[in-house]
Amino acid sequence: MTTEATVTEAITTARGTERRAGSRQPRLHRSVRRGSTVQRRSILLTIVMGLLALYALLPLFWLLVNSTKTQRALFSSFGLWFSGDFALWDNIVQTLTYHDGEFVRWFGNTLLYVVVGAGGATLLATLAGYALAKYDFPGRRAVFAVVLGAVAVPGTALAVPTFLMFSQLGLTNTPWAIILPSLISPFGLYLIWVYASDAVPSELLEAARIDGSGEFRTFFTVSLRLLAPGFVTVLLFTIVATWNNYFLPLIMLSESTWYPLTVGLNSWNAQATTAGGEAIYHLVITGSLLTIVPIVVAFLFLQRYWQSGLAAGSVKQ
Amino acid sequence: MTTTSSTARTPMRTSRRRARGRQRWIGWAFVGPFMAVFALVLVAPVVYSIGLSLFREQLVGGTAFVGLENYGTALADPKFWEALGRVVLFLVVQVPIMLGIALVASLAIDSARLFASSFFRISIFLPYAVPAVVATLMWGFMYGTRFGLIGNLNDAFGIELPAPLSGSWVLASIGNIVTWEFVGYNMLIFYAALRVIPTDLYEAAALDGAGAFRIIRNIKIPAIRGAIVIAGIFSVIGSFQLFNEPNILKSIAPNAISTYFTPNMYAYNLSFSGQQFNYSAAIAIIMGLVTAVIAYVVQLSGSRKEAVR
Repeated sequence: MTTEATVTEAITTARGTERRAGSRQPRLHRSVRRGSTVQRRSILLTIVMGLLALYALLPLFWLLVNSTKTQRALFSSFGLWFSGDFALWDNIVQTLTYHDGEFVRWFGNTLLYVVVGAGGATLLATLAGYALAKYDFPGRRAVFAVVLGAVAVPGTALAVPTFLMFSQLGLTNTPWAIILPSLISPFGLYLIWVYASDAVPSELLEAARIDGSGEFRTFFTVSLRLLAPGFVTVLLFTIVATWNNYFLPLIMLSESTWYPLTVGLNSWNAQATTAGGEAIYHLVITGSLLTIVPIVVAFLFLQRYWQSGLAAGSVKQ
Repeated sequence: MTTTSSTARTPMRTSRRRARGRQRWIGWAFVGPFMAVFALVLVAPVVYSIGLSLFREQLVGGTAFVGLENYGTALADPKFWEALGRVVLFLVVQVPIMLGIALVASLAIDSARLFASSFFRISIFLPYAVPAVVATLMWGFMYGTRFGLIGNLNDAFGIELPAPLSGSWVLASIGNIVTWEFVGYNMLIFYAALRVIPTDLYEAAALDGAGAFRIIRNIKIPAIRGAIVIAGIFSVIGSFQLFNEPNILKSIAPNAISTYFTPNMYAYNLSFSGQQFNYSAAIAIIMGLVTAVIAYVVQLSGSRKEAVR
């Protein structure tokens, strides 16, 4: 079980980082030590990294600039600076009202998938990871092996068979077709499993048992509180995964009623190339901006959690 | 759980034993919901698609069992090999570039020699939050030669830059989008691993007169090998699954991107444009196997080096 070892190692690494980030002391020590020895801040290195940051931020700046332009200015002006009338508010209003406000509908769908899908996935992963860490039950090793194997299975390779199966079950073109597959987060299960082995002392559970508390009551009143940081990290990962989900809804939905934002935006973009379709590039651009604003804001506010959770090498989907 | 009102000896013992039996199974009450959904959305589709791949739709007489014939067809299908070759080329070029940049960036941030290092950490990571669809749409617009940045540059300098969405450049353009999306993510994986290296190791090395580059080569990189292997595995899996970016770019570059540009696009188009579900399932299974094997090999080579050390 070498995979097990590697994954565990990575997660423990992540948690170590978190511990370190939590206490300021070691960090201070380190920078003091470094400052006192040979190392000084390097302007050259900062400039090189500045180029990389420019590469990362330039497309986002482009998006911001171009969402302020009318469709005509979009074609006629220089891409990286403002031009013509400041049409951002007008573009936003048009985006929100185009085709009877389908953008708003897609936004609502995306929220539904995020709340039910990501919330459900986090809850299921927490329950299961906690059980793997804290209970010895028949088949425990088998559960672990099966879930571990699932990480190696490429998600998108499964999408077409899943579609065929769901269409037999009559689930395609319903929200369930999106929600059910996003309820599984093997990575989340690992994270909670490793986290719970440390964060929830077995003696505490034993004490609760002696006091006559049922296992589920203990879980919801005692353990869940101790698991909170791990829970939030998993929640953030699953939120991004569901917010950005594209392939699955593309396959599962043939009508725009249940589209999430990602599939909806792409359909707006593709509509220009279809016969008789109206080109609405300015709305595609403004819609893209509106799509990333909530998730970028969430990122910036919750970055502390990201940094600890990331090292576990999450699933790239 | 274990409370019982009985005072008699024997009943109490049985009830306790029963309680212990229940205790033994209580784990399933927690794992059960996960495993039930897991069986429905992961195990069942795998089994179903293996089943599908063994049959063939016939014009007359419905479906017929054909054994491994679909697999044989796939392995002799030049479109499948072209698609597979393309993602292998992508993997061999894009993954090392992306992980290399990520590694250098993480070492730079960890070195404490940067001004405003937290700004760099956040801004380079930010693209990870952008959905692949939005990333591809943005870059797709910027790639445009008529309008878009490439067009602007051509006009401004009176030059003729290669068109990013032309047949010979489109794979590199996709590589750029994927690199943009994931370089910061991998950087943070490496950075988090770097930060848990015990600092006394550096002190000892510095006392021995080791310079920054020797410390990087002999301490830092070996110490984060596990993180590099994991990032490598996920990048390999991601490359084999390449779908979103080319599929979205296809609407603006229909001539450069074929329906079998990547194996995943081929499987998708076989199902949704060609109704060849059985053949499509066979291709999906082959790709699943190839991915698992390669991911396993990457991991094996990673841990073997560690064992030698």
